[in-house]
Amino acid sequence: MKTRLFRNTLMAGLIVQAFSFAHSAAAADKIIKIDGSSTVYPITEAVAEEFQRAKGVKVTVGESGTGGGFKKFCRGETDISDASRPISQKEIDACKEGGVQFIELPIAYDALTVVVNGKNDWVKQITVAELKKIWEPGSKVKSWKEVNATYPDKPINLYGPGTASGTFDYFTEAVNGKAKSSRTDYTPSEDDNVLVQGVAGNAGGMAYFGLAYYLENTDKLKAVPVVAKEGGKPVLPSEATVMDGTYQPLSRPLFIYVNATSAAFKPEIKAFVNYYLENAPELVKEVKYVPLPKADYTAVKEHFKAMKPGTGFNGTSEVGIKITDLLSRIK
Amino acid sequence: MEHKASVLENLADVRAMIKRHKRNDTLFATLGLICLMLGLMTLMLLFWQLIADGHPKFNLDFLTEFPSRRAGRAGLLSAWVGSLLVMSVTFLTAVPIGVAAGLYLEEYAPKNWFTDLIEINVSNLAGVPSIIYGLLALGLFVYMLDFGQSILTAGLTLGLLILPIVIVSTREAIRAIPVSIREAAYGVGATKWQVVYDHVFKYSYGGILTGIIIGMARALGETAPIITIGALTFIAFLPPSPITTEPPFLNFEWLSSGFTVMPIQMFNWLSRPDHAFHVNAAATGALIIVVTLLMNGAAIWLRYKIRKNIKW
Repeated sequence: MKTRLFRNTLMAGLIVQAFSFAHSAAAADKIIKIDGSSTVYPITEAVAEEFQRAKGVKVTVGESGTGGGFKKFCRGETDISDASRPISQKEIDACKEGGVQFIELPIAYDALTVVVNGKNDWVKQITVAELKKIWEPGSKVKSWKEVNATYPDKPINLYGPGTASGTFDYFTEAVNGKAKSSRTDYTPSEDDNVLVQGVAGNAGGMAYFGLAYYLENTDKLKAVPVVAKEGGKPVLPSEATVMDGTYQPLSRPLFIYVNATSAAFKPEIKAFVNYYLENAPELVKEVKYVPLPKADYTAVKEHFKAMKPGTGFNGTSEVGIKITDLLSRIK
Repeated sequence: MEHKASVLENLADVRAMIKRHKRNDTLFATLGLICLMLGLMTLMLLFWQLIADGHPKFNLDFLTEFPSRRAGRAGLLSAWVGSLLVMSVTFLTAVPIGVAAGLYLEEYAPKNWFTDLIEINVSNLAGVPSIIYGLLALGLFVYMLDFGQSILTAGLTLGLLILPIVIVSTREAIRAIPVSIREAAYGVGATKWQVVYDHVFKYSYGGILTGIIIGMARALGETAPIITIGALTFIAFLPPSPITTEPPFLNFEWLSSGFTVMPIQMFNWLSRPDHAFHVNAAATGALIIVVTLLMNGAAIWLRYKIRKNIKW
């Protein structure tokens, strides 16, 4: 009887307490809340881990995707949003409605890598036109011979990211000229490791995904050098070719969006972003992404110091834009 | 005379028939065994593979370290604590409500079309995909009731998710109690509540418990609804402790804390490019299976113990 009474009191107390503490706890403790892209996640995780260790400020990072992250960000639920593509017009409107001003900061590059099976010895390079022929909507290419007459008549098996992914958006924009327009009869997966497995187990396989996934699987896969324009030089994705801007059009910038009000009034947010930009060159490399050139980080730091809100993209995505040009667009 | 002769005449046929039926029996038994083995072996193979891949991480450090960008340093601490706290909220909400609802539907509810409607709905709810519960919870708990992306929200969401399971298994357990027990109790002058509490509930306790534990085991492995309501992936600190050194010794701040759970960590590690993280994922998977098996084992053991004590 006694224990039952105790249990009842506990339950009642629990409910009352739950309501009263739901709000106050967040204010009591300084927590930096970050959510967004799963592509940017490893970089932000690395920075969060080091920052928390060095400064003792609590940081949490979620990965609900670029779109999911912006939803929370524009409601003011998070301080920083990770994004693998620029903010869209819809999201800009949502932020305006939520009264959230943001500072757009490029923090690293990711090189989308076109890969084929390790045993594929016929593809030595690929032009963007050939990529388009393979991936454009309604493409009927079924055999490697149809891509290039010198290739053997072997079936081509395509793997690619799901349509919700930022990688898909960027690749289709860069190759097919329009974001989200792609042939649909390929094997999609949101998990890049599944794409790796697919191409590794299929002699005629082909896929595209972030450089990090290729670098961890060089024993099974082969990266294909990309020729940007007819007659140009084939370029392999690497830190060097991405940083000097020759790996085009498949290198894309990654961003963090910082809530401008948080940055202005919460010293821990400001400290975190500065720490982010200060340590990015080293940490970005460690998680196998490509850091921006030094001069660009300096420019981004200046941009953050000046606290200029807004986006340089106007709600659309663009291929092959220089970081400094981007920043100078925001007045 | 003639009849007897006909049996003798057909003896060979009868024997053939018996033989045929026996063969069919063996055939079906073999088929059944193969089906059983297929299911069991797949699970065993999977479990074995997880252990083979994940065994380098079977150490205490894995349970006492926070997530990290370095696979070797990354651990499950925030995840298993998160799972534990979420599960306790789930337990404290789903069990009292579910058992009470089951008792009501079985013992008190009038048999009419409205009750039938509720019954059909409860059974259907048990089969609704978990992501739907996540969406419901996002609207209801996170935004309408403003609980935020907290342990409380996650616990309540999973509570809702397993509620139909608890209700259905409670009812099944109660139905297994013979009517004669109730009649005997009424016969000696017991009130309805006395019948329900002292007899029906006590005797069906084992079955109810099994349902609860199976529900909890399912909740433990759920990822989709938890991601939908906004669970974190990187969280390198623990929620405030539920027990404090100062009176009143209990602290409920943890309910509003952000959190992560084991399946989410596993999912994240599995999607990493670095193969070293896949070892962590395998180890987490093995741990989840072990905990689930232990919970199911506990259910079987408790049911056995309780059944043994029931003397009608």
